[in-house]
Order: sequence, then C-alpha cells, then structure tokens
Amino acid sequence: MARELPKRSTAAEGNQGIRRGEGSSRYRRLWWFSVAFTAFVSLTPLVIMTLVNFYQYERTFTAEMIQPVYGLASTSGRFITDFLVERRAALSYVVRREPYGDLCDPARLGRVFLDMKESFGGFVDLGVIDSDGSQRSYVGPFELEGKNYKEQDWFHEVYVRGAHVSDVFTGYRGLPHFVIAVRKDDGEEGSFYVLRATIDTEVLSRHIGSLDLRPSSDAFLINRQGILQTPSRHYGGVLEPCPIGTPPFSTDAEVLEVKDKQGEPRILGYAYVEQSPFIFVVLKQPGQIMQSWVRLRSDILWLLAASGVLILTVILCGSTYLVNRIREADARRDMALHKTSYANKMASIGRMAAGVAHEINNPLAIIGENASLLKDLVAMKNEPPERQRLLSIADAVLKSVERASTITHRLLGFAKRMDPAVERIALGPLLGEVLSFQGREAEYRNITVNLVVPEDLPIIESDRGQLQQVFLNILSNAFAAVSDGGQIDVLVEQREKDTVTVIIRDNGPGIPEHDLPHIFEPFFSTKGDYGTGLGLSITYGIVEKLGGRIEVRSKPGEGAAFLVRLPIRSRS
Amino acid sequence: MERIKILIVDDEIDLISTLAERLALRGFQVETATTGAGALERLAENGFSVLLVDVKMPGIGGLELTAEIKRVRPGLPVILFTGHSSFDDAERGMQEGACDYLVKPIDIEQLILKIRNAVGAKEGFQS
Repeated sequence: MARELPKRSTAAEGNQGIRRGEGSSRYRRLWWFSVAFTAFVSLTPLVIMTLVNFYQYERTFTAEMIQPVYGLASTSGRFITDFLVERRAALSYVVRREPYGDLCDPARLGRVFLDMKESFGGFVDLGVIDSDGSQRSYVGPFELEGKNYKEQDWFHEVYVRGAHVSDVFTGYRGLPHFVIAVRKDDGEEGSFYVLRATIDTEVLSRHIGSLDLRPSSDAFLINRQGILQTPSRHYGGVLEPCPIGTPPFSTDAEVLEVKDKQGEPRILGYAYVEQSPFIFVVLKQPGQIMQSWVRLRSDILWLLAASGVLILTVILCGSTYLVNRIREADARRDMALHKTSYANKMASIGRMAAGVAHEINNPLAIIGENASLLKDLVAMKNEPPERQRLLSIADAVLKSVERASTITHRLLGFAKRMDPAVERIALGPLLGEVLSFQGREAEYRNITVNLVVPEDLPIIESDRGQLQQVFLNILSNAFAAVSDGGQIDVLVEQREKDTVTVIIRDNGPGIPEHDLPHIFEPFFSTKGDYGTGLGLSITYGIVEKLGGRIEVRSKPGEGAAFLVRLPIRSRS
Repeated sequence: MERIKILIVDDEIDLISTLAERLALRGFQVETATTGAGALERLAENGFSVLLVDVKMPGIGGLELTAEIKRVRPGLPVILFTGHSSFDDAERGMQEGACDYLVKPIDIEQLILKIRNAVGAKEGFQS
C-alpha cells in the first residue's frame, strides 16, 4: 500500500522526533545546568585563590625589586649630602678660625688649602672674595686673583643665604667641578667676605662608579633642571640634559616606575641632596629583577589553566554520565508507567467488553427464540400465506443472531483471558482465534492470510491472554504495513526440541535498516501520529516474560518477518 | 403415550414464554416460573418430568434451586441453562445434581434431545 511507506518513514521525524526532541531539550538543559553549576562551584575558589596568590607574589616581588633601589638611592643620597656638609663645615671652620687679614695672605691661605686638601680631599682651589666681589687672595691652578664675581648669581646667593653649593660647570679648565662658598661677616656693618672652594666632581663620580651596578643599570647626579652633573652610562655626558627629566621633590628617597626615551620601563630611585642643587638618580631595568616573577607568573597561569581543563573535563564527563543515567532511569520509569497504564486500559476494555457482551446476549437470545418460534409456526402450520418468504426472513434473523452471538462469545472469551495464568495451549486454534479479529479487514482489503500449523505441533504451556496480545500486536502491524491485496503468512514450526517458533511475515515495504535496531525500543514508532511506540516494546517485554525471544528480519522493499520463539514448557 | 411435562425456570419472561411455545409446538406440556421460589411452589402441586433451570437468577439462583430440588425430589432431572461465560457455574450445577446443561442461545433440537435423554434415564432408573 503506497501510503504505508511514508507513514513508516515519517515516524522517526514526526511523533517520535518531537517526543525525543522535547526530552533531549530537557536533558540538555539539565546537562548545561549541571556543568555550569559544578564548574562555578569548583572553578571560582580556584580562580580566587590563584588571583590572591598572584597579587601576593606580585607584591612580594615588587617589594623585593623596589627595596634595593630605594636603599641605594637613600644611602648614596646621604653619602653625597655628608660629603657636601663636611666640606662646607671645613670652610666654615676656616673662616671662623682664621682672621680675614691672615686669609688674604696668599702664603697663609696656601697652608690652609693644603691642610684641607690633605684632610678632606676633592679641593681644587681656594679663594677669598671681599664684599665688593673682588678676589683678594687665591690658591689654585689658575690666575684668578683680582677677578670680580659681584655680578654672578652664586655671589648673591651666598650673600643672601650665607652658604652656597653651585651646579657643576666646566670653567676655565674644561673639567667638571662645582663650587662651595661660605660668607663671613667682617664686624663692620655691611662688610663681609666669602671663602670659596672649587670641588672636583671626580670624587662623586668615583663613588657612583663604586656602586657595582649591572651594565644595564645606571646611576648619576642631575641638578634641579635635569642636567647631568656626573656622566651617565646610557643618557650622556656631564652637562647634557637627562631624558628622564626631574623627579618630584621629596625629602626622603623615592622609587618610581618610569619609561625612558625608548619607551622601556625603568625603576627610578632618587634622593634630593640637602642644601645643594643635586639629585642622586639610580635606574634599573625591571625585567632583570622581574624575571623570576615573570617565570613564576607563567607557572601560576599554566597551573590554573591545567587545573581548569582537568576540572572541566571531569565535570563534563561526570555530568554527561549522570544525565545519561537519569535519562535511562526516566525511560525505565516511563516504560513501567506506560506498561501499567496499558495493562489497566486493556483490563478496562476487557471488563467493558464482557459487560457489553453479557448484556447483549440476553436480548440476542430472545430475538433468536422469537425468530425460531416464527419459523416453527410457519413450518408447522398448514400452508400459511407467503410461507417460503417468512421462512427465509426467519433464517436471515437467526443467521444474524448467530453472528452476533459469535462476536459476544469471542469478546467474553477475550475478557476472561486477560488474567495471567499458565495453561496448556494449542497454538493453531489460538492463532486462528486472533486472526479472526482481523478477518473483516482481510476481507475488505483483499489481503491473503495463510496460517500453516503442522499437525504434530506440541501443546505449549503459556499464558493465553498474553500470547493473544503478542500475536494481535504483531498482526496489527503486519496489516498496517501491507498494501491492499497483500499477503500475510503465519507459520508455526518446531525448529528446536524445546521451542516452537511462530513466524509472522508480510510483503509490505519492509523496515528501513536504520530503524531495525530501535524497533523494540519504547516510544519508537513508524506510524507517525497514529502510533504510541509501545506496541512492539510491550510485545517484546511479554515474550521475554514468557521465557521466549522475539526477532525481526526485514529488508526494504521485501517485507518484514517477526519470529517469536516460545518455550514448550513454561518456566514458571 | 403420556406427554412430557416440563417446568422452565428463568427470570427472562420473554425468553421462556417463547421457548415454552416452541416446546409446546413439539408436543411437550410446558409451564414456566420466573423465580426459584415460584418454581418450588409449582413443584409441590404438579408432577413434572423434567426442569429447565437458568443458572443466573435473582433471589434463589439456579444452583441453589437445583440443590433444593435434589433435596425434595431427588429423582427429578434438572437441565441447566447457562451463558457462555458461566461454564464454571454449569459444572458446579452438575456437581449439585443437575443431569445436563445447555449453553444459550438454545438450539431447540439439542434441547429436545437432552430432555428425552433425561426423561429416558429417569424412567430407566425408575423401572
């Protein structure tokens, strides 16, 4: 039948598909929820812990990185401050101890200069300048006696502040040096003189060179305008502008993260040298210091990623396993519920059929008796009018009554056999009885039904009602599958000593190969909206329960055959 | 020859009146009762040759009636009517003393045969 094939093919896409689709969506949601929740609960603490560790390690490493730079800046800043304070104190001592007149004596000034040079070092020359700015006396490598400094800034500075430390300059010699000058009031009102000494920056450069810095690091002095006061390894020579600029003023040493002119990050430590224009600067590459931190950070990130992947894998596998188990348990529960529901439905139908049959039986008997009486009256009385016609009417009524009685008896028999019970059964008559339910359909659709039962087939022990249901289900499917004018063969064989095999074979379109493994699964239907998907599943369950086996063999276009093997002796 | 006198006991009045007429047409003398109690009353007055009793009746049922008849008239044959689903009742009735049973709808020829067998057996027993 042409319409059967589409029905079979739509089954997987139609009813079954929708039902499976709805179920899959529910389990997919459950799976997502399970994965998301478990992942959140397990990964969140891991991520938080990693972030805290990350932050703490970073702080520790940063502290370790900053501390040496800070220490270096602070120590060197103090050293240079002490250096300047010491030399200024020496000049102050000289002007307090030596009278102005003695200092104006070049011989006396020369002795003082030699004492200071030997005691403190770093002094290049020494001069006495009067309040008019004229150099009254001078000891040193140049001819500076008589030179006037009145218009120079440093002279005003020392006049106002009492002491002065100059920026580094190259001067007449072309060598970098700076000046320390102190003022001494002369006793007369407004009269004073200045003792001025030149200091070679080589002393400071040597100190900076002794800091034992890495080649990539740097240390130098700059003034408040950002001009290099000592040479730098990377940023130029003396009196060149430093690209780092001037760091903000602070009374203590400070550490900053800055970028140089190439945009490279640098750790900058600095200290303002008190009562001078100098700022000590040390620069280090953070990469060297942070190399260990970078390695550790990489290890932490790898550990986090590996742990995350491992946890997610376990969660995915675990969730999949659990959701599959839930799905299987649900399917088993649904199957059990449907079986119970199906059995209850069948029992209700049986009870209803019995009731209907019983109630119809009595009126049928009365109709039958009256028709028989009518026939008797006509037959036994002498020549009533229309005798033959009345007799044929009575026969027609009686024939219909007999047919109706057969149906009610069959219904009663069916209902009575709903209760499970093992009894001795001749399969031939039982199959004939089941086939009689389909007799009308076979007749209308011109379907040929062949029942072949060997004469010596043994009686089997089984449950009559359950067997009827098994064969009724399989035959109903066969009738649905074959086209009008098709053929259904019911063959009974004894292939093995302890079993008999009932083969129900149709010449319908067959079952698609991909449907064959699912044909006995619950809710798998090839009948579209018309099928519950339970018939063959229940049939399978019943045959198993009766100790038998059921198989299906089919090739598309060549029909299908169901083989039901039943034990001759009941196991129960 | 004396006509065989039959008492039919069934609560379905339409059924037994028709059956009674059919048997009468075939030469039997037939009376009817629609309850077990009515049947026992008639039994005291008339000399019936055989009783046809329906198994399922309100009040005194067919099996109970059979047992009572066997108690008061042990030699009187009783044939039971039964529906298709009441074979067990029919078998129990045979144990109570019924001589035969018949499944509805009734085949008149089969019924007459069973009546004659029952009466013949009774007469044989009596002689």
